[in-house]
Amino acid sequence: MKTSTARAIQCSAALAAAGLLLTACGSSGGSGSTQAAPATAFKGRGPITYVAGKDTTGTVQTIIDRWNKAHPKEKVTFIQLPTDADSQRQQMIQNAETKSDAYTVLATDVVWTSEFAAHQWIEPLPAQQFPLGRMLQPVVQTGTYRGRLYAVPASSNGGLLFYRTDLLKKAGITKPPTTWAQMTADCAEVLKLPEAKNMSCYAGQFQKYEGLTVNFAEAVNSAGGRITDANGKPDVDTPQAKKGLDFLVTSFKDGTIPKEAITYQEEDGRQAFQSGKLVFLNNWPYVYSLAQKSAIKGKFAVAPLPGLNGPGASSLGGSDLALSSFAKNKATALDFMKYFTSEESATYFLKNASLAPPYADLYDNAALDKQYPYLPDLKQSITKAVPRPRVVQYGDVTAAIQNEVYAALTGKKSSARALKDLQADLRKLTAQ
Amino acid sequence: MADTTIPRNDTAARPGTAATRRPGRSPAAGSPRSRATAGSGRLAALLVSPTLLVLTIVVLYPTLMALDESLYGPKGLDPTTGFISTTEPFVGLKNYTDIFTQAGARFWNAFWNTTFFTVVTVSLETVIGVAMALIMHKAFRGRGLVRASILVPWAIPTAISGLLWKWIFNADGIANVLLGHQVLWTADGFSAKIAVVIADVWKTAPFIGLLVLAGLQVVPKEVYEAARLDGASARQQFWRITLPLVKPALLVAVLFRCLDALRMFDLPYILIGAQKGSVETLSMLAQNEASNVRFGPASAYAVLLFLYVFLIALAFVRLLGADLVGDVGGTGKSRPRRAGAARRRAQEVTA
Repeated sequence: MKTSTARAIQCSAALAAAGLLLTACGSSGGSGSTQAAPATAFKGRGPITYVAGKDTTGTVQTIIDRWNKAHPKEKVTFIQLPTDADSQRQQMIQNAETKSDAYTVLATDVVWTSEFAAHQWIEPLPAQQFPLGRMLQPVVQTGTYRGRLYAVPASSNGGLLFYRTDLLKKAGITKPPTTWAQMTADCAEVLKLPEAKNMSCYAGQFQKYEGLTVNFAEAVNSAGGRITDANGKPDVDTPQAKKGLDFLVTSFKDGTIPKEAITYQEEDGRQAFQSGKLVFLNNWPYVYSLAQKSAIKGKFAVAPLPGLNGPGASSLGGSDLALSSFAKNKATALDFMKYFTSEESATYFLKNASLAPPYADLYDNAALDKQYPYLPDLKQSITKAVPRPRVVQYGDVTAAIQNEVYAALTGKKSSARALKDLQADLRKLTAQ
Repeated sequence: MADTTIPRNDTAARPGTAATRRPGRSPAAGSPRSRATAGSGRLAALLVSPTLLVLTIVVLYPTLMALDESLYGPKGLDPTTGFISTTEPFVGLKNYTDIFTQAGARFWNAFWNTTFFTVVTVSLETVIGVAMALIMHKAFRGRGLVRASILVPWAIPTAISGLLWKWIFNADGIANVLLGHQVLWTADGFSAKIAVVIADVWKTAPFIGLLVLAGLQVVPKEVYEAARLDGASARQQFWRITLPLVKPALLVAVLFRCLDALRMFDLPYILIGAQKGSVETLSMLAQNEASNVRFGPASAYAVLLFLYVFLIALAFVRLLGADLVGDVGGTGKSRPRRAGAARRRAQEVTA
């Protein structure tokens, strides 16, 4: 094909040029790759764009405005993508495939790093220029591919169990549940109260989209199972994984999870919780500051996610900043990334949007802990979190997970059958 | 009253004008034009050539590119560097054989969904659209307002109407409140199909209404007066006069809608979501492959969809041409010209 060969030639020429210019910058990423992935020339200053999902908290623009005030000639424009992660990824891929310079700095989901890096849609970054040592290590890992840094953690995220303190107290329960069995038992008590009429027990994100993968991974990991092993090979057809999936399946069946939760994304669940329809909600920390402005202000608290035999393991969420390979003004972009991922910005996001910071010491800050009593729980959640499968074919892997889990949750397949099929699908996808 | 409004609306309803003018003109226009000399044929070819050039660039070239692309497989991962290669391997017809073997179940599901949506939505839209046109055609106070409000859904972009209906079909949305019990419209299942059908009919019935209205406006009043004198009931007038006379316009509208519905993508994608078996259409399959950076298989799906649409259009045009001749009462000579014109239009649409 004419076009693709032309593209290939252009591409390799550009790579060669970059390599010649920058062999000096050398060992930026770390030891893992000896192959010549040339370091990037961070050249050019001028206006850039910051591309992220819709900002429901309204804080991103403030941080960008601060930058723009200090750098009038290197203004950053905020491009907002849809809230749902699948659409964000697709738009970023589209941008990369057309080699458009419309997107400069990408706020990537932690699970995209491998795919984006393998396609060379994003640039390897100079690791020593970022304070990675002060960040939580599982979080930093999400930004690496084959030992090189491709994305810098901007925020982290772990799932938390939001619960209604007022109702639990009325039902005579003093501590939040740490196991699924406790949670359902507590819930049964709460639902006996007259105030809890028409309420349901628990919800997460079960619509057929990325959120379902997150919730399934949490259920599996919290029951001691795993989706892929340490070498990235699928290992999901196990009794532990089945216990995890069974928790979701039986909860749907017996009404512990309301049946409309099969249509819930994050925002649907948050709204249901805020309007007093749920006793327990599994969601990201961003809900905290929004719920504090709602009708249930002061009536809720958070706890680590419950599991099968004790505290559960969250999926690792959050967003990293990556630099589009096809962008202009990369010097500005690198500076902006440093600014955006700085501890100062992270503190601002934490204070105003309850976004979990990647910096370890912010969790141990007494003043911040007072503002956010959940921070110690969240630190636990994140340090114990299990990342979703880190694979190049993530799009296919997550689609396979969503297909099988959705079939199990809607009763089209037994959980055993779903896991067996999932294992087979994943084996095919990771076989290359 | 009705007479004075005819010209204005005829020009306003742009898509309908060509179709609606035809029946009025047909008896006179048929014979002299078909006797073309060799010289005027050459002139015609010259005059048509810019159009053909544009069509080649915007239709033929992309189609051939897609065909070519569909012979290439996805880029492979180099295990030593960890990078995806920059070139796509040539795989011949493997993408097509994969669709019918490996991905067969998913393909046929999408195929039947596409067909289901086309048949159901277009049937409903035709009935509702004709009803709308009849209402819009009546002379009464506030007619302008009614016309405008009927056309509003057509003016809303599909993506926006998808979001609108997503709110309506939310678990706690207005649809469930009105129904009095909870239907999970956006979950995978038959209700999702219904949600898509409702949203699509709401949006595009006005399109058929618009074209049929244009058709109605050229039906002379005298025909109805004569029918009334002959004692025809309202029902008879509709079936024996209105419907046959607007049929050419209606058929073009239905053809347009069919071709549009066959490549339905945005509404199910936004309203229900990706990878939902109950509403997955052929376009969504192609998009899914493309979004996972497998442009070869994506092109293969697109080519198959293209063929499907093309066949439907062709079949439809054959029927449409025959019907036109049979019902409007043209002479034998006008047959090839009409069929040709309709086919040409169909090709434009397919593109």
